[in-house]
Amino acid sequence: MADPSEAKGEGSLRKAFGGVLGVFILLLIGTLAFSIRLFSVIKYESVIHEFDPYFNYRVTQFLTKNGIYDFWNWFDDRTWYPLGRVIGGTVYPGLTLTAGSIWWLLNNLNIPLSVETVCVFTAPIFSANAAWATYLLTKEVKGTGAGLTAAALLAMVPSYISRSVAGSYDNEAVAIFALIFTFYLYIKTLNTGSLFYATLNALSYFYMVCSWGGYTFIINLIPMHVLLCIVTGRYSSRLYIAYAPLVVLGTLLASLVPVVGFNAVMTSEHFASFLVFIILHVVAFVYYIKGILSPKMFKVAMTLVVTIGIAVCSAVLAILIALVASSPTKGWSGRSLSLLDPTYASKYIPIIASVSEHQPPTWPSYFMDINVLAFLVPAGIVACFLPLSDASSFVILYIATSVYFSGVMVRLMLVLAPAACIMSGIALSEAFDAFTRSIKFQLPKLFEASPSDAGDTNRGTQDEPTKVDNNTPTEKTEATVKERPSEKHRKKEKKKLEKGKEIKEKGKENADKVSNKPLNAKKLLVLPLEASAVAILLLIILGAFYVVHCVWAAAEAYSAPSIVLTSHSHDGLHVFDDFREAYAWLKHNTDVDDKVASWWDYGYQTTAMANRTVIVDNNTWNNTHIATVGTAMSSPEKPAWDIFNSLDVKYVLVVFGGLVGYSSDDINKFLWMVRIGGGVFPHIREPDYLRDGQYRIDAHATPTMLNCLMYKLSYYRFVETDGKGFDRVRGTEIGKKHFRLTHFEEVFTTHHWMVRIYKLKSPKNRIRGKSKKKTNPKTTSKINSNKNVKKNPWQ
Amino acid sequence: MGRRTRSAAAMAIVPLLLLSFFHLLQFVSSTQEIRVLSAEKRIDLTSPIARVFLTLKVENYGAPEVPEILIAFSPTESEHLAILKASTVEGKRKKKTYVPLSVSPVSSPDAPNGAQLYSVTLRSPLQSGETTTVEALYVLTHSLEPFPTEISQSEPQLVYYRDSATILSPYTIVEQTVYIKTPSSKVESYTKVEPTARSGSETRYGPYHDRLPYSFSPVIVHFENNNPFAVVEELVREIEISHWGNLQIRDHYRLKHAGARHKGVFSRTIAALGYFYWVYDTYAKHPCRLDYQFRQSLSASFKTLLAMLPPRVHSVYYRDDIGNISSSHLRINSQKSELEIEPRYPLFGGWKATFTIGYGLPLQDFLFESSDGRRYLNFSFGCPLIETVVDDLTVKVILPEGSRNPTAAVPFPVNQHLEMTYSYLDVVGRTTLVLQKRNVVPEHNYPFQVYYDFNPIFMLAEPLMLVSSVFLFFVAYIAYVHIDLSIRRPLKTNS
Repeated sequence: MADPSEAKGEGSLRKAFGGVLGVFILLLIGTLAFSIRLFSVIKYESVIHEFDPYFNYRVTQFLTKNGIYDFWNWFDDRTWYPLGRVIGGTVYPGLTLTAGSIWWLLNNLNIPLSVETVCVFTAPIFSANAAWATYLLTKEVKGTGAGLTAAALLAMVPSYISRSVAGSYDNEAVAIFALIFTFYLYIKTLNTGSLFYATLNALSYFYMVCSWGGYTFIINLIPMHVLLCIVTGRYSSRLYIAYAPLVVLGTLLASLVPVVGFNAVMTSEHFASFLVFIILHVVAFVYYIKGILSPKMFKVAMTLVVTIGIAVCSAVLAILIALVASSPTKGWSGRSLSLLDPTYASKYIPIIASVSEHQPPTWPSYFMDINVLAFLVPAGIVACFLPLSDASSFVILYIATSVYFSGVMVRLMLVLAPAACIMSGIALSEAFDAFTRSIKFQLPKLFEASPSDAGDTNRGTQDEPTKVDNNTPTEKTEATVKERPSEKHRKKEKKKLEKGKEIKEKGKENADKVSNKPLNAKKLLVLPLEASAVAILLLIILGAFYVVHCVWAAAEAYSAPSIVLTSHSHDGLHVFDDFREAYAWLKHNTDVDDKVASWWDYGYQTTAMANRTVIVDNNTWNNTHIATVGTAMSSPEKPAWDIFNSLDVKYVLVVFGGLVGYSSDDINKFLWMVRIGGGVFPHIREPDYLRDGQYRIDAHATPTMLNCLMYKLSYYRFVETDGKGFDRVRGTEIGKKHFRLTHFEEVFTTHHWMVRIYKLKSPKNRIRGKSKKKTNPKTTSKINSNKNVKKNPWQ
Repeated sequence: MGRRTRSAAAMAIVPLLLLSFFHLLQFVSSTQEIRVLSAEKRIDLTSPIARVFLTLKVENYGAPEVPEILIAFSPTESEHLAILKASTVEGKRKKKTYVPLSVSPVSSPDAPNGAQLYSVTLRSPLQSGETTTVEALYVLTHSLEPFPTEISQSEPQLVYYRDSATILSPYTIVEQTVYIKTPSSKVESYTKVEPTARSGSETRYGPYHDRLPYSFSPVIVHFENNNPFAVVEELVREIEISHWGNLQIRDHYRLKHAGARHKGVFSRTIAALGYFYWVYDTYAKHPCRLDYQFRQSLSASFKTLLAMLPPRVHSVYYRDDIGNISSSHLRINSQKSELEIEPRYPLFGGWKATFTIGYGLPLQDFLFESSDGRRYLNFSFGCPLIETVVDDLTVKVILPEGSRNPTAAVPFPVNQHLEMTYSYLDVVGRTTLVLQKRNVVPEHNYPFQVYYDFNPIFMLAEPLMLVSSVFLFFVAYIAYVHIDLSIRRPLKTNS
């Protein structure tokens, strides 16, 4: 902030210097955002992580190999056998297209990076972009300082790191950038009223729609904000320009994305935007009429319009409600409904409920994921109210809604993280601003006069017109002095809660007054020198604490790729690379067209790494199909064989952690298989697998449990390892130790037994009499294939 | 098929030489009067590769001098023939030295039953009445045939070896013996052509006397060979030269266990099968706590492979298309580097695996400047994995950008052609010399040279390109800042 009194040349030089410094800081922030996410590559290797990223990777490979047109028309017959999946029409293509074009560009520059490398580093690159977008957004709200602080915070917020470490090649990595950037462009349009930015906003929204299903958050949040502005009397032509083009262009563009298509106008998620669109036009019209009519005429016209308008509106509304109510889910998709009604999924859709990231988060996870930001956010909200602008009201709305969503689903913590960073950035920046200003203000005096004057100057400069009426000045000074550092630093939560309330109340008061008197906005807040110095120190400590936590989270908590596991034992690092061992085995030693059945968690990995056809995968679009696999896993051997054979399955893959203590194995997921299977096939009943309501696999387990396929495939010959069959995950000896398989045969087990692959034995020929027992293997297989063709109900 | 390509390649390389041979042959074969006084053939079958040492004592009893002698192979043998080396013994007893002789295939329409002849050019033509001793070593791949073709995890692997009890030769052999050495004394059966004797791991056929040219008496030896039949179906070696001081090697392997196919169940616990051998397992030296596995049974599966890399190797990686393979050990000393690798899973008969080994080497160890100013790369041909057959080997020598006129000097016939490779920021592309050879055995690990012309100024091309692009970017930015392209400016001045 250059003083107006300063010489022009000096000011511009300072400005230029500030600009260069800002660019430099932004570059550093980008580097930080990129490099903090490389722990996974350094500690492990440059590899795609987890489950969904493997699917995205496979799609990207297809795109780079076959081109964009084949990609749109891609019908994938290697998954959901025998149904298949229309990939081009069911996938959000943003991420794939982004990585694909990066790869294409690099290859045209003769930089021969593999598709995998590009995919691995897409997420870190976009984190840097997201940090810059945050800077832009916060700058629009509260100025450069807040912007830089928020960008720095976002660059290393653990919640976002968890989804965007190198290798975590998932939609969210790109989508968060798109989300923030869309918000920035919206605010920018709102602040400038420029149609150029409005168009950019629509394009950015289009990119967001391409990238992630979370775009519905944007298309609901922005209308909410528009509505808020209208209700609070902040309607302006800028608001109209910011919103109307977004709805029109945005909806048109969104419907171009195959996966959205007509949903952009037909589902209830988009309904709010249209409603607000109409309201906005009505309001704009009213303002227009108000402008050209005399007040008297306006009143008459108003009553006329209002009566007719209400009648029409209610009629339209009634029709709409009738239409919406006629559909069973009220026009909402299952996932959206589970957001509005957190108990919905667990009641009706066990598949959504079975995914751990769809569970509500616990309090520690807030501390883990946004750390000290949780304490800074309230202060940021207060700062946003001083003064309240269109932009800051938007940010407040953003944080309020995202806090709710993050409370419903742990995965949506990701949406909260940028909001928390923006708020905390504002809070920190404002605090630093206040403290450094007061130090700067008092430092010259310190040398001239005695330090005792400080208190007086304080009181003198401090009087805000708003508060003098309510409190005595001394009290207030104290309150603010306490308030600031406490907000930043406090780990004691008791104090914080009290203060938070105070702050909010004051904030509201302030906001009201300030909005009434915008001319008063420039107020000088001077605190005692010592207090400021200590507060700055505490703020820095707080920041350091945050940085340490983030680096720890990035290095330890979120860097594991989950397909390679490591454990530290007394003789050093031990690597468990069993998943890839199994997938590599499948890839090289089975026929290309063999079908592999496993629980849906491993579907994406199997298709991507082993290139084998799977029955179900992580895109859980067909509940019945998953239930079929669940039923097979929970059935005894013979019925299970029948089910698998009818699905043309050749190999069955199970994940078993009992030998090495890998706890997220199939036995631990088994109850979900039973539940999902039982939801469609009622002969599978959960109580049959539980002894007195307890899930156990030891000698007290139920016979149904001990005879089901999952148990048998997991524990087949397990007793031969240590003679007792001690399961390290469940911590017990297994119930049934010695048994044989009649319809399956073990064909591969990985080094640590974590993945076991079984082959379906081919059915024996029907024996007519006893004479023909042995037959030529060739003819047997022929008969089998014929039989399969006939018997297979899916073809 | 293989033979044909090889001879075609040979013709491509040394057409003149061959032509002269043909001329000589016509002259020789009609008039040759040679007999083999004594012949000894030692067949070493202890590894998956059959190595045959042939010692011939040749006498010229005719009048004209004989510049070369012929060695005959049956069609199957010549198909599997990987390499044939011949040498002659110079000096007596104590000062014995072996002098290598040049060998070349000979088209022989008059040989019976499609026998393929190779001619060995003697150091000096054999005068009338003189004798000389020629030693030949040849290596046959894929000549051990597993039988039974499918075995279960715990069964030993038995193989057939087919050959002739008498040595196939275009000459009369006065006295001959064939020895077949098997890895152990476990020989299931063998054809008896009296006199035949067997002691320990060696089976002897002969001595036979005065056999006519091209006499053949087929024999089969059926014996246990539990060596891992590691066959690299395809190996692509990329050798990239950077004049900035690095030689980058990337070897892409497609490995197969070519022994008897694995059948039936697979089990990690061998104890249950009650049949296991304690074999030397290098991993016993690195025991890990959670490893419950018992040692692999002897049934010809293999867990580890050993690759011999040049000394001073650095940044070694071992991975496949789904990521790093975490099981490898590298031992480096000043003489050589040993990389012990373990495929992701133990390979049983018929199982396959693919992987890539890559490493960097200091350039000064391999790149030299010849006296005429050309540079040449001196590198080992063949596969670094020990005791491994490579069915199809492709060596791509990627020369630096701007190098010209590459020529290869390989001590045996190979197919070669040129192609272009584009690497980091290349504009012109890098000239790549591609050498292809089928049926490669460890005996092919022999240095070869690639000569090329290179102007060091090309080294600066890419840095200069980068610098100038950054410079242009800044210039463009400065220009953009200083030039106002807006259409509204006249309006502004007006208002």
